[in-house]
Amino acid sequence: MSEILAELRGVSRSYQKGKEKVEVLHELDMDIPVGDFVAIMGPSGSGKTTLLNMLGGLDRPTSGTVKVGGAELSSMSNNQLSNWRSTHVGFVFQFYNLLPVLTAQKNVELPLLLTNFSAKERAERAAIALDIVGLADRARHRPAELSGGQEQRVAIARAIVSDPTLLLCDEPTGDLDRETADEILKLLQVLNSEHGKTIVMVTHDAQAAEYAKRTLHVDKGQLESRAAA
Amino acid sequence: MRYFGLIWRSAWRKKIRTLLTILSVFVAFLLFFLLNAIGQAMTGGGATIESASRLVVIHKVSLINPLPISYLNKIAAVPGVDRVSHATWFGGYYQDPKQQFGQFPIDPDEYLPIYPELEIPEEQLEAFRTTRTGAIVGASLAETYGFEIGDRVPLHAMWPQQDGSETWEFDIVGIMTNTSKGGSDAMFLFRYDYFDEARLWSKGNVGWYVLTLSPGANPVEVANAIDAQFANSPAETKTSTEDAFARSFMEQMGNIALIVQLILGAVFFTLLLVTGNTMAQSVRERIGELAVLKTLGFRDQAVLGIVLAESILIIVIGGMFGLLAGAGLLAAVSDTFSAMIGVGLSVSSQSLVLGIAIMLVAGILSGIFPALQAMRLTIVDALARG
Repeated sequence: MSEILAELRGVSRSYQKGKEKVEVLHELDMDIPVGDFVAIMGPSGSGKTTLLNMLGGLDRPTSGTVKVGGAELSSMSNNQLSNWRSTHVGFVFQFYNLLPVLTAQKNVELPLLLTNFSAKERAERAAIALDIVGLADRARHRPAELSGGQEQRVAIARAIVSDPTLLLCDEPTGDLDRETADEILKLLQVLNSEHGKTIVMVTHDAQAAEYAKRTLHVDKGQLESRAAA
Repeated sequence: MRYFGLIWRSAWRKKIRTLLTILSVFVAFLLFFLLNAIGQAMTGGGATIESASRLVVIHKVSLINPLPISYLNKIAAVPGVDRVSHATWFGGYYQDPKQQFGQFPIDPDEYLPIYPELEIPEEQLEAFRTTRTGAIVGASLAETYGFEIGDRVPLHAMWPQQDGSETWEFDIVGIMTNTSKGGSDAMFLFRYDYFDEARLWSKGNVGWYVLTLSPGANPVEVANAIDAQFANSPAETKTSTEDAFARSFMEQMGNIALIVQLILGAVFFTLLLVTGNTMAQSVRERIGELAVLKTLGFRDQAVLGIVLAESILIIVIGGMFGLLAGAGLLAAVSDTFSAMIGVGLSVSSQSLVLGIAIMLVAGILSGIFPALQAMRLTIVDALARG
């Protein structure tokens, strides 16, 4: 039995929308082993992104517990969660979310500003991360000077630069053409298989999900699982 | 310092907007340093009466009220007074109303010894004593207007002569220099006896008295003794220092300090609106980016600090340029100003400290609301909006 990295137990999340209470997640249980690469699929509004936010400490459950790497996220304060995110998790978004005023190199260095690394060390580590994603020669370019695929690679470099155990990807190929999307997904596979990153990827795209080791389906805030093809 | 690169680049996100904001801050602080220097020169600072070596006696009501010439001997008789003389505001201009400078009818034998820093060759002083229409001018004034010894200079004044003419003619007989550090010699001195005899009204009066103290004399006691002597008379006196006297000149124009404060208040209120608007726009435009920073692990307080620092940075850049330009401008006009009221202009250490404090406070005030907005952003909502 593999070691469990993330463990959700009885997680529910509801929002107040006007006078109506909307339950996005309903008593959801889930385990994610270390080294897993799991795709989460489901229709819009099914709770995929909310689930990802729970795993990343961006949101708290209304009830239930979220444990990642032994840390009980649901009971942490905002500052504790910030500290935890800076060292344990990397995020990749659909629209890359790079800072347009910074070069690729400086974007990748951002998480390292929260560490005690010197400027030189930060630059070296960012260069390594950019090299891993194949963009060493684009370090001085700003996001506006990069293609969508290159921007997403920079975002992945930023996500891995502080060497987190868990990568959370929210529709990472949703804004890319098929060919570029495949390149990004292969890169994620490499990060999973060669660098040992545990990856949770939310996607609408069944082809993208095929790159994962397994796929979980979320519907109406609940989970059903089946093995990947 | 770790975040400086991020703050710097964020501040220049919209270059033109940031430049225009910095420009408005620059103008605000340029005005601040200029008006503050002028305000200080007119209303504060200078030597206290306890340390004064020269005192000036003016009418208690106002400088524009004259004092009788008969006070001369009475003041001279006050214990502690060494020398005393008088001067009067002539208020004329040369050729053009814009060409004004200090012009004073004086007593050549008594006035100049009170100002040993005003040096003039003996033969020129002798010519002044013996030429009824003679005038001596400061070297800087002579250079400005091209006055030379032997020139006949007409001045148009507020004082009509007995024949009704308001144009007075003087013969330049000497050029004097002020040897004191930073002292001005932009003055035009001529003889009181000629002036008093020729003017149509206010004969037998002077504008003010100036006196030196005997060694060891207590300036406060001397000033009190003079003012007590003329108490309850038709022309009561107020004895003070030269600096206070110079400022009373400018007070004729109104409450300078209040005017300066009102202008600065309006300027800084506008500055807060301009910079606050810039920061609010800047935060609105990058809600998604700020949410990303929080996602990466930046704490709420760090995001607050980054936005505040950005606001302070913009104001400090504009403010420091305003300071430099203000100091340069003050240095350039200081002599002219000194010639007008006898007090020079400069950025004092007091206004420098105050200016820097205002920069920081204005930076915080204009950035605090956008910064709080940024700090309170919920990551999930902000990512969805951004």
